[in-house]
Amino acid sequence: MVFVHGFGCDQHMWRHVVPAFEQDYFVVLLDLVGAGGSDLAAYDEERHATLHGHAADVLDVLHELELQDVVLVGHSVAAMIGVLAHIAEPDTISRLVLITPSARYLDTDSYTGGFSESDIDDLLNLMASNHLGWQGPLSALVLPPAERPEAAAEVEQSFCRTRPDIAAHFAKVTFLSDNRADLPHVSAPTLVIQSRVDAIAPPSAVTFVYETIAEASLEAVDTTGHCPHLSAPGATVAAIQRFLRP
Amino acid sequence: MPDPNSLFDDAPCGYAVLDADGVVLSANQQLLRMLGRSRSEVEGDRTFASFITMGGRIFYETHLLPMLLMETAVHEIALDLISRDGAHISVLVSANLAPGSSERDARVRVVIFEAQHRRRYESDLLDATRSAVQARAEATALAQTLQATLIPPTPPSVPGLDIAAAYRPAGDGSEVGGDFYDVFQVGEDAWVLVLGDVSGKGVAAAAVTAFVRHTVRALAMQVVDPAMLLQRLNVALLAHPTDRYCTIALLRVCCTPEGWRLSSAVGGHPLPLIRASSGDMSELGSYGSPVGLLNDVEFRTAEHLIIDETVTLYTDGVTEARREDDLFGDARLFELCSRLGPEPGPIVDGTVGMVLDFQNNNAGDDIALLAFCATKDRCQDEPAPRKGSAR
Repeated sequence: MVFVHGFGCDQHMWRHVVPAFEQDYFVVLLDLVGAGGSDLAAYDEERHATLHGHAADVLDVLHELELQDVVLVGHSVAAMIGVLAHIAEPDTISRLVLITPSARYLDTDSYTGGFSESDIDDLLNLMASNHLGWQGPLSALVLPPAERPEAAAEVEQSFCRTRPDIAAHFAKVTFLSDNRADLPHVSAPTLVIQSRVDAIAPPSAVTFVYETIAEASLEAVDTTGHCPHLSAPGATVAAIQRFLRP
Repeated sequence: MPDPNSLFDDAPCGYAVLDADGVVLSANQQLLRMLGRSRSEVEGDRTFASFITMGGRIFYETHLLPMLLMETAVHEIALDLISRDGAHISVLVSANLAPGSSERDARVRVVIFEAQHRRRYESDLLDATRSAVQARAEATALAQTLQATLIPPTPPSVPGLDIAAAYRPAGDGSEVGGDFYDVFQVGEDAWVLVLGDVSGKGVAAAAVTAFVRHTVRALAMQVVDPAMLLQRLNVALLAHPTDRYCTIALLRVCCTPEGWRLSSAVGGHPLPLIRASSGDMSELGSYGSPVGLLNDVEFRTAEHLIIDETVTLYTDGVTEARREDDLFGDARLFELCSRLGPEPGPIVDGTVGMVLDFQNNNAGDDIALLAFCATKDRCQDEPAPRKGSAR
């Protein structure tokens, strides 16, 4: 099983969930390139200009470990990263668990993603004001931290820390992505997990994912917020276990 | 002991207690005032997130809550609340988690500080920083463009001469330096090779570099004798409003039936290095005065016939390269040129590589090098076709 975190933090998001599967599965945890402990120098604004770049990264990891027939658990934007990786290599990733997924965040005339472009601008502005432990945001803008060795030592240990320029780029890639047309190509048995109240992946968006994937089942976890694996880990684990061992 | 209700309600900040789902259980008067709402509109079934702008809600859900749940506290998070009349209120939020006996009993305590002025100042500061970064990038690009016009990327092909040159700016290459070189034709069989160093760095030095290079080009068309040319250049540079000066090595080479005849004058610059085919090293001519510093100057022209020799011009970025207290120095350069052989290409590339290595690839000063030797083809055979080219 490979667990892929979404926009915001890193693999530590899974720590309440992973122990339940370690007995029965070979568990792979990773940080998306640009997040957590990944090599920030590997973040490439061209490769990572779409979610396909991240999907290729995930497949690279699975290839390196020579894994086949993997269950991919993806949260938030990583649900779509998982979808893309599965479509590229259905034999490598053969089952999907999509936690609070959304195939498109922006509204259109006929689709409710929950957000307008000005909301995303608002988010980017707030991110510029919130550096979450990334010290010296102004000096980081002036001089990339790579050129300031002391900057690394200044960084507070916060699992949501991300270099501000990468965080802003990833936010744009995430919230401006549209993967609705990819969903019909998903052939894997898929579990969609939704939260009772979720501002990021509203019911309309989650339902769209569930209804567009051929072999999908839906579980609602009784919690609020976008991260049921954090706010209700027990119920989330139970839902995944029902899916894996029907 | 003061009244606990008053401590809560009249605290100098907004204060809310949320349940595990983020629903506001209680809000103090200050927070109600900020939101412009009554107690019954805030407490009971609305989540704290529902009072935040949409963009902020993403941030709250993807960063703030995960951090709060994992690290049990968050500090100074910038958010915008929405008041009843739709106004955005910039605030800073700190929160901590009070674990309950079960997952469901956990409580979140949130304090909210109004930060309109601070946030506006911060955002102005961010804007100013962004434009400063952009301006700096543009200035660097401009300086590099200017620099590129000052240095011929490759010396022109001169029949009968094999020429190699290299230029490497100091440090990360973002700052324009004052080193330059130039190779140009001044007669049917005559060429000028010049290499120099204008004092100082930056765009102002680069502008003077352009002035010097073009003045040399113009003077060389009229003045044959290198020492005389440097005299004239001295006058021109003194008359220029800049207080910068330059050091320069100026060589005029002329193709004669005996071979390449060289006349050279130096103004305050390292002397041309001559490498004999045996590998023996010598210097040509005598140091003259720096150019553009004094009225009273002295330059001397030295004459030399190039026979199986390689001539190398260099700036002090080579010999004055430093590694801690150690200077690269003349002796190292002479030994290196001797060892690198007679061909200009290997001499130039090998010397630049060695000098950079010496400084751990962080050059303290610009490095410029220009080397040449006569080819086997006699210069005066040109433009007759080369013999022996199998076709």
